[in-house]
Amino acid sequence: MISYLPLYKEALLLTLRIGWMGVGIALIIGILGSAILYFRIPVLRVLIGIYTELFRNTPLLVQLFFIYFALPQIGISVSPEACGTWGLGLLGGAYMSETFRSGLENIARIQFESAESLGMTRFQVFRYVILPQAISSSVPGLVANVIFLLKETSVFSTVSLMDLMFTAKDLIGMYAKTIECLTLLVIFYLIMLLPVSLLGSLLERRLRYAEFGN
Amino acid sequence: MAETLLQIRNLHKEFGQQVILKSLDLDVNRGEVIVVIGPSGCGKSTLLRCLNGLEEIQGGEILVDGKPLNRNSKDISQMRQKIGMVFQSYDLFPHKTIIDNVLLAPMKVQKKKRSEVEPEAIELLEKVGLADRKDDYPRQLSGGQKQRIAIVRALMMHPEVLLLDEITAALDPEMVHEVLQVVLNLAKSGRTMLIVTHEMAFARAIADRVLFLEKGEIVEESRDPKAFFEKPETERAQQFLKSFEY
Amino acid sequence: MQSLGIDVLFKGTNFVRLLGGLWVAVRISLISVAISIVLGLVVGVLMTSKNRVLKVIFRIYLEIVRIMPQMVLLFIVYFGTTRVFGWNLEAEVSAIFVFSFWGTAEMGDLVRGALISIPKIQYESAMALGMSNTQVYTQVILPQTIRRLIPLSINLITRMIKTTSLVMMIGIVEVLKVAQQIIEANRKASPNAAFGLFAVVFILYFLICWPISRLAVYLEKRWS
Repeated sequence: MISYLPLYKEALLLTLRIGWMGVGIALIIGILGSAILYFRIPVLRVLIGIYTELFRNTPLLVQLFFIYFALPQIGISVSPEACGTWGLGLLGGAYMSETFRSGLENIARIQFESAESLGMTRFQVFRYVILPQAISSSVPGLVANVIFLLKETSVFSTVSLMDLMFTAKDLIGMYAKTIECLTLLVIFYLIMLLPVSLLGSLLERRLRYAEFGN
Repeated sequence: MAETLLQIRNLHKEFGQQVILKSLDLDVNRGEVIVVIGPSGCGKSTLLRCLNGLEEIQGGEILVDGKPLNRNSKDISQMRQKIGMVFQSYDLFPHKTIIDNVLLAPMKVQKKKRSEVEPEAIELLEKVGLADRKDDYPRQLSGGQKQRIAIVRALMMHPEVLLLDEITAALDPEMVHEVLQVVLNLAKSGRTMLIVTHEMAFARAIADRVLFLEKGEIVEESRDPKAFFEKPETERAQQFLKSFEY
Repeated sequence: MQSLGIDVLFKGTNFVRLLGGLWVAVRISLISVAISIVLGLVVGVLMTSKNRVLKVIFRIYLEIVRIMPQMVLLFIVYFGTTRVFGWNLEAEVSAIFVFSFWGTAEMGDLVRGALISIPKIQYESAMALGMSNTQVYTQVILPQTIRRLIPLSINLITRMIKTTSLVMMIGIVEVLKVAQQIIEANRKASPNAAFGLFAVVFILYFLICWPISRLAVYLEKRWS
């Protein structure tokens, strides 16, 4: 069992790298997307709407297959790693946009008006007043999204990325040590996700304390 | 001597460290209307809740028709049917129409047929002036109307005693009257009631006996409500009544 | 530029086969959702209990489901049980088992949330009328809970349908696998059929999930 550890470690690092890059992309898309929806920017707002509906209503696996196997047919070739990163990022972006948007909508418009009355520009209001509040009020949703995205990385093996699932499947196939391989698989997913889950619960509790007495 | 319906002996209730009711004794006789008044937090609502087995008690006993009330025993449902209760508000079932709210317990708890109990329900609804609203949902009714329905719902179980826990406290002032009128009519018909209220004029008009409760104890008890409200004997009751004058 | 696979799609029974594959995915998720809803109601009620042991057990159960990818659970059930217990679970049975295990936890948590959002006075006034515990739940609490739950459980259906795409990994021939087979079979004649076929699979999933999630949004707005 010990001899498999390095392989799992490699796989974990790969999964983490792609996973967190995907989450990063998702966050950026999410913030931009939610701002576009919040400010009702014409045209872009419709595009973001179509994008979120498309990606929220199809499985990641199908999205990855499309990016990895279908796009090359029209001349867009992507490496497995880029496919995983962008697939995850696009999927996550759709979810994050929704989460941030509802976070934004929970903030009273009066906040916006009072900040503007202080002479802030629209951008400053968004950057310094609205966004920080929106982020803290969307933390529960945000954490849930991050966990969801990191879990979704388990389909990467289908586009020939050597992630944890791939490694486990490979070793089971080669050595038939099913139990050992599955145990390691569970342990490594725990290593990857338990801290995020615990951190999430902690953050949620702290934010709730911060809100207390408001 | 009238027949005793409820006997409360040495009732003790606490939440954690806080003592809510201190060895309280009280007899409720058949046909009697008792009004409990006192500052908020004095334990008056808790007293009613104990009498319906909604609260765990830490000492003493409650006898209904001579039988001890135990919230964890199997016959608690039987006992509760003898004791009707109406709460401050929001206790109608929002997913059922008015008539179904009123019929639910007779049909499910007492296993009666709808045809058996519906005429009575309509009659009671007529008495409180709401028979025409029987197919509406609670959300379509005003607070005062809802409380009148809640009273009818409790009456449908033919309780021997009715507990009213600040039933007008959450209502707009103009709706208080219509609800209290229903309660006054019940008193006239000889119904046994234990009422917690902040409506002093109402208390004075309806009570056979007034209890002034403070810090979990009966500080003053009077069988002459007029005298009590004009000049209570204890200073604490005087202080309390003064706070209602402007 | 070639037809990008549209010709292949309508060749022979190909399109019907794709739809058949889609039905496999939908069937697995519908069965799992049905099981999850029933068990989730029970689990949700139990979750509100004050019993310490139950609380810990459900906490662990929820955390497992929250953290472990469904794919890992699928592997454990499909490959692991054969190994440990010598059971030879059919792939589809394993899939339904895993999705129900997952769905029951999610549903249970939703039920718990809906239950605790019902004011205490509803329990008390029902009890004060002499109802038994069972009657309080079946007559008063659950009917109110279910209304709040319907939009949320509809959402669970779309998530189930999306997640069923994973079952190809344990050898179930669902829509994605069918698409792969068709592409393989036509590799010589139409080498770039992948585009058309995967695009169609993408659209098929969307056409199934989108109306369902719109319905959930609509009901949520209407009933809130």
